[in-house]
Amino acid sequence: MIHVQNLTKYYGDRKAIDGISFHIQEGEIVGFLGPNGAGKTTTIRILTCYMPAHSGSAKIAGFDVFTQSMDVRRIIGYLPENVPLYTAMRVREYLNFRGKLHGLDHNARAAAIKRVTELAWLGDFIDRPIHQLSKGMKQRVGLADALLHDPKVLILDEPTVGLDPTQIRETRNLIKKLGERHTILLSSHILPEVEATCHRTIIVAGGKIVASGSPEELKERIRGGSRIITEIAGPSSDISTALKSVNGVKKVEVQSVNGWNRLLIETNRERDPREDIVRIASQKNWSLREIRFEHGSLEEFFVEITARQLAGARADDAKEVTL
Amino acid sequence: MRNVVPLTQRELAATFFSPVAYIVAAVFLITSGYFFLADTLVSGHEATLRPMIDGMARILVFAIPLLTMRALADEFSTGTIETLMTAPVTDVEVVLGKFFGQFIFYAALLVTTVLHVAIVWHYGGIEPGVVMLAYVGLLLLGAMFIAVGLFASSLTRYQLLAALGGIAILSLLTFVVDQLARWGGGNWRLVLGYVNVIGHFEDFSKGFLDSRSIVFFLTGTILFLFLAVKVLESRRWR
Repeated sequence: MIHVQNLTKYYGDRKAIDGISFHIQEGEIVGFLGPNGAGKTTTIRILTCYMPAHSGSAKIAGFDVFTQSMDVRRIIGYLPENVPLYTAMRVREYLNFRGKLHGLDHNARAAAIKRVTELAWLGDFIDRPIHQLSKGMKQRVGLADALLHDPKVLILDEPTVGLDPTQIRETRNLIKKLGERHTILLSSHILPEVEATCHRTIIVAGGKIVASGSPEELKERIRGGSRIITEIAGPSSDISTALKSVNGVKKVEVQSVNGWNRLLIETNRERDPREDIVRIASQKNWSLREIRFEHGSLEEFFVEITARQLAGARADDAKEVTL
Repeated sequence: MRNVVPLTQRELAATFFSPVAYIVAAVFLITSGYFFLADTLVSGHEATLRPMIDGMARILVFAIPLLTMRALADEFSTGTIETLMTAPVTDVEVVLGKFFGQFIFYAALLVTTVLHVAIVWHYGGIEPGVVMLAYVGLLLLGAMFIAVGLFASSLTRYQLLAALGGIAILSLLTFVVDQLARWGGGNWRLVLGYVNVIGHFEDFSKGFLDSRSIVFFLTGTILFLFLAVKVLESRRWR
């Protein structure tokens, strides 16, 4: 549904996005995740025909965003980041105006407004002036606007920014529900949000895609970083040597905690050595009071790879300065 | 071009909701009323509307950029340009919608000055053709001024800059060129005469129907609307 190939965009001399490529299948909900300034909004603005890229191509449902811009605009619904609205208008007037721009006739507009009013819970404030609405309500008006022409593709830029926790949960549920009818690309800098709503995550940092996959796949990638934590009483050097000989153990670190040895054990991805560790402890008569797996979280993974990317970028900058 | 109608409606509604438009309209009516009182409604003076009509043209140099400054600059500063330009709407439609919305508001403003015409008609008796021609001239002049104002508004996100820019361009085309045309001689004078808005407008207010002046205002309008479209297009590349 969305095909992005080698997209690059500069702002002046600065590369905002650098050779981004990805594909989104029909019916997928894809999260575009990255720290602020990673190039999420820039990519989205290119996809929604708001600005052209300097090189590369982007197609939505087979239409090129640059040469077939009007066709693309007809099939996408877009919620921009700060939800710009004509605040002097009433909600219904605004939706009516937007419906006209999408070429809906009088009856189709009435039906569409009714449909999106229910979807985005606008019922209570459909006849209120937009400037009186809270941030959360405006967000819903923006979403209703994006859904008005029943677009094939929904593009939502930071759809839950500025909402309270209840509204965030409602919005996430709504996005999941919309995923049944629409292909959705949503951007976020909040990882749990993407984890909770998306089938697949594309992580961007410094204008490049640094990782992508389903939350499970991304977790799988960080299994290598998982470790076993165990607490055993006994002579620490013996314990450490014994555990290092266990198949699957890569590295053992010993900390002393109130007469117990806390061992942080890094393992191979393939093998779970917990049973062996317990057996060794009982053979040698060491008391063992705790043993558990500690999975690296997606959050840590995200922070780590984006930090690495940014550190790299900074190092490049520093080089340029010193040269 | 289907979208021009809803865009015009929205622009018109936005203008009617804007306090600035009312203030500018009030000032315009007060000053044109003053010209009427001071020059026409004086015992012994000729029963003609020319001083008021010519005065109005000069006030419009300031009034119209103040009316049009909001049109595009506000879309840029509030970010609504993003929702607008990602809807299936072309740049030409956006500019034309803004233009017609502003033009209808301006025409409504002109209609209120017909009161002065009625007064002179009642007491003095005037040539209807001459007055009609003067109003045609005001409509044509207004169209061109609105196009200039929209062009200025397309250049910036700050309404104040848009107003000042519009006033600067219009002052150049009216007061400055008019003065230079008076001073200059020969070819210089001829060339300046072509772009002298005041000169072309006075044809109408005097009661001449000169097709060159009609063409001048129409091409001026189209030129500045075209420039506004081009600026709108070019903003995306930045």
